[in-house]
Amino acid sequence: MEIYRSHVLCCGGTGCTSSGSAQLIERFEQKIAEAGLEKEVKVIRTGCFGLCEAGPVVIVYPEGTFYSRVRVEDVDEIVSEHLLKGRKVQHLVYTDHASHEQNANKSLNDINFYKHQKRVALRNCGVIDPENIDEYIAFDGYMALEKALTRMTREEVIDEILKSGLRGRGGGGFPTGLKWKFTYNSQADQKYVACNADEGDPGAFMDRSILEGDPHAVIEAMAIAGYAIGASEGYVYVRAEYPIAVKRLEIAIGQAHEYGLLGKNIFGTDFSFDLKIRLGAGAFVCGEETALMRSIEGKRGEPTPRPPFPAVKGLFAKPTMLNNVETYANVPQIILKGADWFCEMGTEKSKGTKVFALGGKINNTGLVEVPMGTPLRTIIYDIGGGIPNGKAFKAVQTGGPSGGCLPAELLDTPVDYDNLIAAGSMMGSGGMIVMDEDNCMVDIARFFLDFTVDESCGKCAPCRIGTRRMLEILERIVEGKGEEGDIEKLENLANTIKATALCGLGQTAPNPVLSTLKFFRHEYEAHIKEKKCPAHHCQKLLQYVITDKCRGCTLCSKICPAGAITGSVKEMHHIDTAKCLKCGACIEKCRFGAIVKI
Amino acid sequence: MPDMKEKYDQLQQVIEELKDQPGALMPVLQKAQGIFGCVPMDVQKIIAEGLGVTLSEVYGVATFYAQFTLEPAGKYIISVCMGTACYVKGSQKVLDKLSEELNVPVGKTSADGLFTLNATRCLGACGLAPVMTVNEEVYGRLTPDDIPGIIAKYRELG
Ligand SMILES: Cc1cc2nc3c(=O)[nH]c(=O)nc-3n(C[C@H](O)[C@H](O)[C@H](O)COP(=O)(O)O)c2cc1C
Ligand code: SF4
Ligand code: SF4
Ligand code: SF4
Ligand code: FES
Ligand code: FES
Repeated sequence: MEIYRSHVLCCGGTGCTSSGSAQLIERFEQKIAEAGLEKEVKVIRTGCFGLCEAGPVVIVYPEGTFYSRVRVEDVDEIVSEHLLKGRKVQHLVYTDHASHEQNANKSLNDINFYKHQKRVALRNCGVIDPENIDEYIAFDGYMALEKALTRMTREEVIDEILKSGLRGRGGGGFPTGLKWKFTYNSQADQKYVACNADEGDPGAFMDRSILEGDPHAVIEAMAIAGYAIGASEGYVYVRAEYPIAVKRLEIAIGQAHEYGLLGKNIFGTDFSFDLKIRLGAGAFVCGEETALMRSIEGKRGEPTPRPPFPAVKGLFAKPTMLNNVETYANVPQIILKGADWFCEMGTEKSKGTKVFALGGKINNTGLVEVPMGTPLRTIIYDIGGGIPNGKAFKAVQTGGPSGGCLPAELLDTPVDYDNLIAAGSMMGSGGMIVMDEDNCMVDIARFFLDFTVDESCGKCAPCRIGTRRMLEILERIVEGKGEEGDIEKLENLANTIKATALCGLGQTAPNPVLSTLKFFRHEYEAHIKEKKCPAHHCQKLLQYVITDKCRGCTLCSKICPAGAITGSVKEMHHIDTAKCLKCGACIEKCRFGAIVKI
Repeated sequence: MPDMKEKYDQLQQVIEELKDQPGALMPVLQKAQGIFGCVPMDVQKIIAEGLGVTLSEVYGVATFYAQFTLEPAGKYIISVCMGTACYVKGSQKVLDKLSEELNVPVGKTSADGLFTLNATRCLGACGLAPVMTVNEEVYGRLTPDDIPGIIAKYRELG
């Protein structure tokens, strides 16, 4: 390998690619060549650094200078100042939201956002070029596979995973080692390993970032799993909406073949293993394990009753072991560093770390990985930098459409599988959405129910009909047509659906409603009894009024599409609530802040 | 139309390539969707014959997954992210504005055949929420006020 004095790492994750990082890379390469530095400075396109909010992100090593929101125009300056003259471009260096600290001499790990994190599953994301297998290998890549194949028996591999206490990161939290053991125990001429990269939670991108930033980790882990359970073939089921992830995975599989790390007789042993990619086609229910297997078989992705469990009869009716992307990403390190190392992180029943996609009303939107047991408050305030625009925190949603919303009183909850369930939510796959005072919790419940109704496969009645009934009630409530008794109706329906639906989609669909009822019942009551939305969010429940700040400029009366505003020049105007369509146009246009929603 | 014949030839080729692998129906439909931009009934018939499965099985799969469409889409496909992070930051208003501006309901194509308006899930760019894409182009940190300008740009391109 050639030695470079400096490396320019440009984020090629989806977030930064969306804000133009590909053009940055091109410009860097061009400018570096023009400056004659191509033998000294290397440009690397990495996966997501995590701090997507600050994207596009560029890090220059060996200094570790963190440049944020870099524009194409800025590249010339970074090349001429930093790379040529060794002077950091101060005004482009990342500023910490919370502390307003900007310190070009700080290393990455001292930035608040990273300080509290522990990167295991994401360890290579934002560090290596995911399209270059040599970089993965340089960071101990494929050493775990070599160790497993040449120095461990299949039973020892399973034992190590069992001892590590690793639990499924796809949502259920089932002990991974047990699943491996069950599939190992099944006798069959053919077995399969499979990877769930369907990432159905509609506000999350952990798995995508791992596949985009470190695809070899998943390939290596699947090969280890194949060896352990006795499978020679594996499938990765990826959402079709993830083109960058699919492309990098394809490249990685190709390179692994070239290096003999996939294919026949890996490391000279008699173990052979191959991987295929299958694309999803936009159905949330296909994230459920039995539905996913039907989909790989080319059928409608409808869940089938368990038992039989996939460990006995899965893909093509053969024993199949399905794990989530992030679950796999932990495996090579457990094999390499040992279960004891892994057990040092986390809580008694939840070992290791968890990746979260932090989003919504939060300053540092992005991807974070913390040891299990880290309090919600640390994630939201220390890492996430708190709530923007001086607004008040209202709730944090975890577990996506299957999870719940937790209020401020529970911010000190340590995050692990059991604590989140006890608090009234769940871990889920890692979506973490923060909401502030402007978000209406009834409407959020309606949003998730709308999602489930849309995604229900329709196979069983409680889910198909019951969730639709719940949605209808919620729609009435947010429109101001809620009735006495609606809350009880919602609770009854919720309990019936939970008890009788066939698969996890239906069984967990009522959770967003139940958790908001538990913690934000007063918001439901205000909508139903007083016909008011405390967050001033639900359009139909708002009234627009003009206050005495009005200067009588007449602007609002000219733009009101309903002709609801009257008044003469230089006199206070008035809104006829009966005519008002609640479109909000007048509020946005008034330069004196005279119009308010109540 | 000569280019249609080319497309049908491409489809036959795809069927030949994939028909022997297990679970071929999904990948074939995905390729067909890519070739034709949709999978109308005549394409489904060809697939059924080529793979030796019933038309009702092909139809059942094609209608189950959101990715397959039976009708052609507009020249510009607008997808507004309705993932949780974007919703919490007001993507519904962006979607409503588009629907008003284009005069089409969500999921439909405008009368001039230029725009198809879709709601999608997390695009992986939550840091830019609310987000939408127009074909490959990504637009982030949107407000409803940005919409008329963006649409005008594409209308001009025609
Ligand atoms: C409706 C539904 C959707 C699911 N979606 C996903 C998903 O997107 N990704 C995932 O890894 N697991 C998902 N799961 C969980 C899977 O069924 C399965 O438990 C998991 O992939 C197993 O891997 P793990 O043990 O490593 O978590 C979903 C489950 C249900 C019921
Ligand atoms: S619970 Fe819903 S998604 Fe699951 S099988 Fe029944 S109808 Fe389908
Ligand atoms: S725009 Fe504002 S100041 Fe002008 S008339 Fe309307 S309410 Fe009054
Ligand atoms: S909200 Fe819309 S309809 Fe109502 S007064 Fe203002 S501009 Fe007119
Ligand atoms: S995509 Fe660039 S930091 Fe996340
Ligand atoms: S929720 Fe919209 S991009 Fe993630």
